[in-house]
Amino acid sequence: MEQQFPMIQVMNNDGELVMTEYREQITKELAMTFYRHLMRTRTFDRKCVSLQRQGRIGTYAPYEGQEAAQVGSALALKDDDWLFPTYRDHGATMTFGHSLTRILLYWRGRNEGCVPPNGKKIFPPSVPIATQLPHAAGAAYAEKRKGTKNAAIVYFGDGATSEGDFHEGLNIASVFQAPVVFFNQNNQYAISVPITKQMNSQTIAQKALAYDIPGVRVDGNDVLAVYFETQKALERARNGEGPTLIEAITWRYGAHTTADDPTKYRNQDESKKRRELADPIQRLERFMKREGFWDETWAQSVQEEVGREVEQAITEMENYPEAKSDDMFDYVFAQPTWTIEQQKNEYNAWKRGSIR
Amino acid sequence: MTMAVKTNTLTLVQAVTDAMRTMLRERDDVLVLGEDVGKNGGVFRATDGLQAEFGEDRVIDTPLSEAGFTGAAIGMAVNGFRPIVEIQFLGFIYPAYEQIMTHASRIRSRTMGHFTVPIVIRAPYGAGVRAPEIHCDSTEALFTHMPGIKVVCPSTPYDAKGLLIAAIEDPDPVLFLEPMRCYRSSREEVPEGKYTIEIGKGKKLREGDDVTVIAWGAMVPVAMKAAEEAAKKGIQADVIDLRTLYPLDRDLIAESVQKTGRTVIVQEAHATGGVANDIVSIINDTSFLYQKAPVERVTGFDVPVPFFALEDYYLPTPERVLHAIEKAVKF
Repeated sequence: MEQQFPMIQVMNNDGELVMTEYREQITKELAMTFYRHLMRTRTFDRKCVSLQRQGRIGTYAPYEGQEAAQVGSALALKDDDWLFPTYRDHGATMTFGHSLTRILLYWRGRNEGCVPPNGKKIFPPSVPIATQLPHAAGAAYAEKRKGTKNAAIVYFGDGATSEGDFHEGLNIASVFQAPVVFFNQNNQYAISVPITKQMNSQTIAQKALAYDIPGVRVDGNDVLAVYFETQKALERARNGEGPTLIEAITWRYGAHTTADDPTKYRNQDESKKRRELADPIQRLERFMKREGFWDETWAQSVQEEVGREVEQAITEMENYPEAKSDDMFDYVFAQPTWTIEQQKNEYNAWKRGSIR
Repeated sequence: MTMAVKTNTLTLVQAVTDAMRTMLRERDDVLVLGEDVGKNGGVFRATDGLQAEFGEDRVIDTPLSEAGFTGAAIGMAVNGFRPIVEIQFLGFIYPAYEQIMTHASRIRSRTMGHFTVPIVIRAPYGAGVRAPEIHCDSTEALFTHMPGIKVVCPSTPYDAKGLLIAAIEDPDPVLFLEPMRCYRSSREEVPEGKYTIEIGKGKKLREGDDVTVIAWGAMVPVAMKAAEEAAKKGIQADVIDLRTLYPLDRDLIAESVQKTGRTVIVQEAHATGGVANDIVSIINDTSFLYQKAPVERVTGFDVPVPFFALEDYYLPTPERVLHAIEKAVKF
């Protein structure tokens, strides 16, 4: 199976272009765009971890190490496409155009974090594992029914492939020939459980065989490979050729969330080793240096620019108007039922002190 | 407004079909999907003829995959369609429970109204038709407890059509429960074309001053039979068909129980955690000082719905309801 689904690399760990047929397509401008988004997502993620440590946001799910998978795939989308993320995919959603302030609000326990900017078809993060796959199949099928060329991408992890909804989502998308890309980030751990205990299959991509759809295995730390393979899958979708399953092999350096300690379940030397060998950002930097795309002053300015943007979003998040208790009552139905109305009124009367 | 409207004599299941046909004709965004809903017309023939009339794109046979097609319907609903999902039996809905609980019912709330899920999930429910095990559940309370979804349960053909059309037009998810036992047990004049019955409103079927009997779905005929028997003994009962289980018709319940001071609630489902208990709460909240007797509940038991050799022992009967009526009146 590993031979049948070889891991596609466009550049190797040393940043050397190994699939030279892409040379023409990888302009300096494109490489700079990748780099800027990789730096932006990493800066944001690190800042979130420290905000959580300081008690300024709640429990947080970091993605450091997975930036290339998220940035490369999200940059392959077109404006009118759909994106169905999990709670660890805000690197993808911010690259696709979600607001940093709203992503921060989500981690601050605010519903506003689930509201995408106007016109952006970004679904709220799915917390129950794999349940978003059927949604993406349905939304994509709806696009097909409307006769558009829009597609959907849905993110999920290696653990999600053990859930029924993974298989039901792939099957329905295959039967309906829905224009959807199933984008798996195989970071090799579902919280503490390694992939070897998750499945007895050699690859995740091979699961596409069962649904007779293309299955692709890419190096998820190679932003170029992720970008081009996602683009091809999206093109197939737009051309009426149905869904694709992409397995992007990657690694989360840190914890599942800020509420757990990865040293309890794995040797973190592995994370150190991978950071040195295969870090997605350093790899692109090596590539850019080899190709003559690198400019130290520019890189410095990118770091400063994304740092300012993140700081600005944090300020906006912290100055955001206080959450109102009415909000929990007002959005359950288009028109609140009498039970909700009564509960809201009684609660507000109690808060005002008019019920003793 | 007294216009002569043509009517047809329909069973409840035919009225359900008529409602879907009416809305498939009226709105292009309405779709029907589920297992065997196409050529076969559904296991109860509720979608009979719809695929022939509207095509495979609008009446869609899905894989045998309750979570999958309910989830896909959620994705279609947030992207501009109004799917009517058929679950073959309420007892088969459990694989889709997660999709309904964690997504359909709370996407509006999570996104502060940015994304909405105008979906109808239809499910035949209930015992008493000698169906195999698991095909007989009446677990409506699993859904009335769930915030963000309305639960409707008609007992007559006329109400079934009007409520189903209202459910299809509702901007939020609706679980539409169809009592299998009433599918073909009676016929009624049903107007052609579109009409709606407001979700959340019950109906008084019978007037009486001595006791209020509250029922829904397949228990409505049982309650009516008991009320008729009670009348022979000089006890006059108000009988209420709730028609909607969430939100309950508080005003109709309060008005009646304040008049009678005595209540019997008939519930096919297991006793603990059932809708009857919510009705007791409404009586407690609105009408405590009017009560002349403790509220009686005639329910199924806290046991799995038995195999059909035992289902007659499980289901509330007119005799058990009559006993409860007399107990309340004599208290």
